[in-house]
Formats: sequence, structure tokens, C-alpha cells
Amino acid sequence: MLELQDISVIFNERTVNEKKALSSVNFQLQKGDFVTIIGSNGAGKSTLFQVISGAVLAKTGKIILNGKDLTSLPEYKRSRFIGRLFQDPLKGTAPSMTIEENLSLASQRGKHFSLKLFSHKHKQEMIDALKSLDLGLENRLEAKVGTLSGGQRQALTLLMATYVTPELLLLDEHTAALDPKTAQKVLSLSSKLIEKHQITTLMITHNMEDALKYGNKTFIMKDGHIIAYLEGETRQKMTVDELIHLYSTSTQDYNDKILLR
Amino acid sequence: MNLTIILGALELGGIFAIMSLGLYMSYKILNLPDLTVDGSFTLGCAVSAVFTAHSFPYMSLIFAFIAGTLAGIVTGILTTKFKIMPLLAGILTMTGLYSINLAVMGDKPNVSLLGCSTIFTPFDSFDPYHKLLLIGFFVLLICLFLYYFLRTQLGLALRACGDNEDMVRASSIDTDKMKILGLAIANGFVALAGAIYTQHQMFSDISNGTGTMVIGLASIIVGLTFIKKDKISYQLFAVVFGAIFYRFILTIALQLGLPSGYLKLLSAVLVVLAIASTNITRRKRKC
Ligand SMILES: Nc1ncnc2c1ncn2[C@@H]1O[C@H](COP(=O)(O)OP(=O)(O)O)[C@@H](O)[C@H]1O
Ligand SMILES: [Mg+2]
Repeated sequence: MLELQDISVIFNERTVNEKKALSSVNFQLQKGDFVTIIGSNGAGKSTLFQVISGAVLAKTGKIILNGKDLTSLPEYKRSRFIGRLFQDPLKGTAPSMTIEENLSLASQRGKHFSLKLFSHKHKQEMIDALKSLDLGLENRLEAKVGTLSGGQRQALTLLMATYVTPELLLLDEHTAALDPKTAQKVLSLSSKLIEKHQITTLMITHNMEDALKYGNKTFIMKDGHIIAYLEGETRQKMTVDELIHLYSTSTQDYNDKILLR
Repeated sequence: MNLTIILGALELGGIFAIMSLGLYMSYKILNLPDLTVDGSFTLGCAVSAVFTAHSFPYMSLIFAFIAGTLAGIVTGILTTKFKIMPLLAGILTMTGLYSINLAVMGDKPNVSLLGCSTIFTPFDSFDPYHKLLLIGFFVLLICLFLYYFLRTQLGLALRACGDNEDMVRASSIDTDKMKILGLAIANGFVALAGAIYTQHQMFSDISNGTGTMVIGLASIIVGLTFIKKDKISYQLFAVVFGAIFYRFILTIALQLGLPSGYLKLLSAVLVVLAIASTNITRRKRKC
């Protein structure tokens, strides 16, 4: 269960550039909830993820994940429970290390980093996991991650973020930098993994279709607030056009890209 | 060139290989340009001089290593906890170390060890190879240590830290701790090199460390230009090779009559040439 109570974030406080990026955000999710988040640029979506993951600290409020108070825990400690993917496929992997080494690091998440020699004893497990990506990476354990394509790297990052099942998964427009076909592949892979492990997930997207197609809840954000919560029957009955209409009227964002889909 | 000169170049090459292996940890593995080394090399010299003068030559190596480690930890804390740019943090530690080094040497700018027994004394019977053998042994030992360490789970985390910090933090690793650890080991080896250098020269000077960073960079860059392999084993070998190669260039320059005061200028020019050549060939390939 994830609970945010009265979370506010202010950047550059007491300077001319002061910016309230989140204002008193509240919500509660149950285990296995999969929320899609939409909102115009600068609405505070990424900031919401940063404050949950500890990259920025909350000015006010509390963050509770499965009974643990995360509010003042440093980022690296929170990542024991939280997996994250960013828009930039380069962010989630170490390029000059091999696929196997990257996965090995991911498989150690939350454990102690010891002076034991790196070994190949989990090779088979990794090969099986890579096979599930269906990108032919299972034969390339020794390849440098820097030699992979953006889509392959993002898929690998997804695998790494879920290799040790996280309690919460944060996906920040993680397919926005990929070509449409690869994006759909990574997206369906994400949803498969999320379903299989019942991972509580928040996913930011700019694609209204995806926002409805995936997950069981949708939040609309504007100016640091969550201005609409869609779930249950309302959401199930909603068509993409209705969502676009709701989005545009509530955020006053009449973006061509969104209207044209 | 006679045997004495060749042996001398190999010996110094070996000592600076130890220093370069330390710098390899910070500069290559962690991707942090660490200027602490100019100070920690001298710190090793100073500690070694004091202990050797009191007839504890071997003990001096251990204490020099520990002292260097502490210097690295200071720089590590300055960069990670106080968020000071790595370059500046190194300069600050180096500057502070100047006073500390002077104090260690009893407020004298240099200490002579003439007549003292050193780590080399017990092996005098192998003269003239005894120094080279002992230095070679240390180089081998440190290479083996790094070869092992960098392939452990912890070493893997350290390497990833220099590659993509975000990813390392996402794997729930404390990147601050990794950087401090890496800088500690790096400066420990640099100080150890200083300690051996002092006993080799029978002399410690407050300015011994000036230009250490450049010498180490030159060795690493030159070595990696010749040996372009990513495997840890090759890279460690490349650094050692680079340090020795570089020392031979300096020796040849001296033999050709270059005044020794120009060695630092030559070092700096060499680094510029090595970096420029790799950058220019890379640019050509891109076009
Ligand atoms: N590190 C930062 N420093 C200052 N302002 C920031 C920072 N990060 C985000 N902001 C500002 O906060 C607001 C919300 O940004 P963000 O959460 O990235 O929006 P988005 O919904 O597009 O992801 C924006 O106005 C942005 O300019
Ligand atoms: Mg964003």
C-alpha cells in the first residue's frame, strides 16, 4: 500500500525562481494498483515521482509504503523497494559494463555488496529472464550495454527494475523516446511484468489511449495538484475521446498532439 | 644507456606504476579527477621518511598507506557530503596537506635518509637487481589485489558508480560511500608509492608530489593508447606498462641533455599530446 499525505515540494525556495511544483498531494493506493498519470508539461508529474523515490525531499507531508515511513529515507535506501524507469533509455543502465554485470547489480538490490567474486552462477536465470523480453538479448550476456539500441536498453532497464520484485514501480514516460513499434512492445512487456508480479505501479504517459488501456486508475495532474481521479466503472466506461475531452477542459491544454492522438 | 640507467628507469617506472594504479581507481574507475594525489604522494614520502629515520622502514609503508587512505576519505567527504566539485575538493585537500606534510617532516622542507636502512637493505645481496625485484613484487601484489577486488560484487558496484551513478543508486547502493571508498584506496596506493619512492631516493622533499597527477595521467593515457582492451586484467597491465614507458621517455630525454627542471614541462606536453591524439583520431573517425 502506498500513501501520500499532504505532500508539497518547492524548488528554489526564497529565491526569485521559487516554484511550487507540488501542492498538498494526497492519495492512497492498494497493493497491485496500476495508475496511469496524465497532465500537461510542468504539471509536476516527474516531481511527484522524484519525491516518492527520494531524489527531492518533500517540504511538507508524509510518504508511507507498506507501513514504512519513507519521508526522510535517502534515495538509495528507498530504491530497495522502488523500481524506476525514465524517459531517457541511457539513464537506467551502465553502458561500459556487460548485460550480465548490469543484471548482476540489479539482482543484488537490497542485499549487501560483499567481497565475493562476481560469478556466473546466475547465468541461467538471467538467460531465462532475457528470453522473456523476446529481443534476442539472451545470447548477448557478454555484450556491453552501450552497444544496445534504445529500445533494448529500456527493456533491459525494465527487467533490472523488476528483477528483484519492487514494492512500487515508477514509470516516467519510459517509452516516449522510442519509436512507436518498440514503444508498444516495451509497454506491453511492462504491463505483463506488472501483472505477473502484482506490482503497485504509477505510470506517466502522454498517450491518452495508453492511459486508458493500461492500469486500473488514472490521475490527471495540473499545476502541482491532482485534479481528477478516475477509477472503477467511470473509468471502464470512458472512451478515449471522453478522456481527451475531460483532459482538455480540466487542464485547458488543447494540445494538437493530444487532440490528434 | 648503461645497465644502471635502465635499472633506474625500471625501478622508478615501477614506483610510479603503483601511483598510477591508484590514480586509475579514481580517474578511470570512478571517473573522478582527483588532485589529492599531489598531496598524498608527498604525505607518503613524509611518513615514510620519519619512520625510516627511526628504523621502521617496513612499518612506514603501512602507515603511509593508511595516511593516504585518510587523505582520500577527506576528499571523498568534501565531494559527497559537502557537494564540493571533485576537482576543487582535491585541490583543497592537497593544499591542506602541504602544511600537514611539513609538520610530519618536523617543519623541515626535506629529510635525508643517508645511512638509514630501508626496505631494500635486507636484499642487498641481490645487488644490483634487489630494488627492481622488490618494487616488481609490490607492483604485482597491487595488480593482483585490484584484479581481484574490481571483480567482486563491491568492485562491480564501484565500477558502475563511475559509469552511471543514477543506475547505481537505483540498485540501492550508496554512491557516496562508493566514492569515498574508491578515493581512499586510490590515495592509499599513491601514498604507498610515495613511501617507496622516498626510500628509493633516500630523501624526502616537500615538493616531491608536485605533478604526480600529471605523471599518473600520462601513464594511464599512454598505456591505454597502446593497449586498447576493456578487460580489467589488460587495463591494469596497460597502466603499469604506461608508467614504465613514460619513465623511459623521461630517461631518454635526460640522457639527450634535457635539464631536469624541464621534466615537468615535458610531462605536461606528453599528456596534452596523448589526449589530443586520441581526441583528434576520434573526431576524424566521426566525419
Ligand atoms: N530541479 C528543479 N529545479 C527547479 N524547478 C524544477 C526542478 N524540477 C522541476 N522543476 C519545475 O517544477 C515544475 C514541475 O516539473 P515536472 O515535475 O518536471 O513536470 P512534468 O509534469 O512535465 O513532469 C516545472 O515548472 C519545472 O520547471
Ligand atoms: Mg516529466
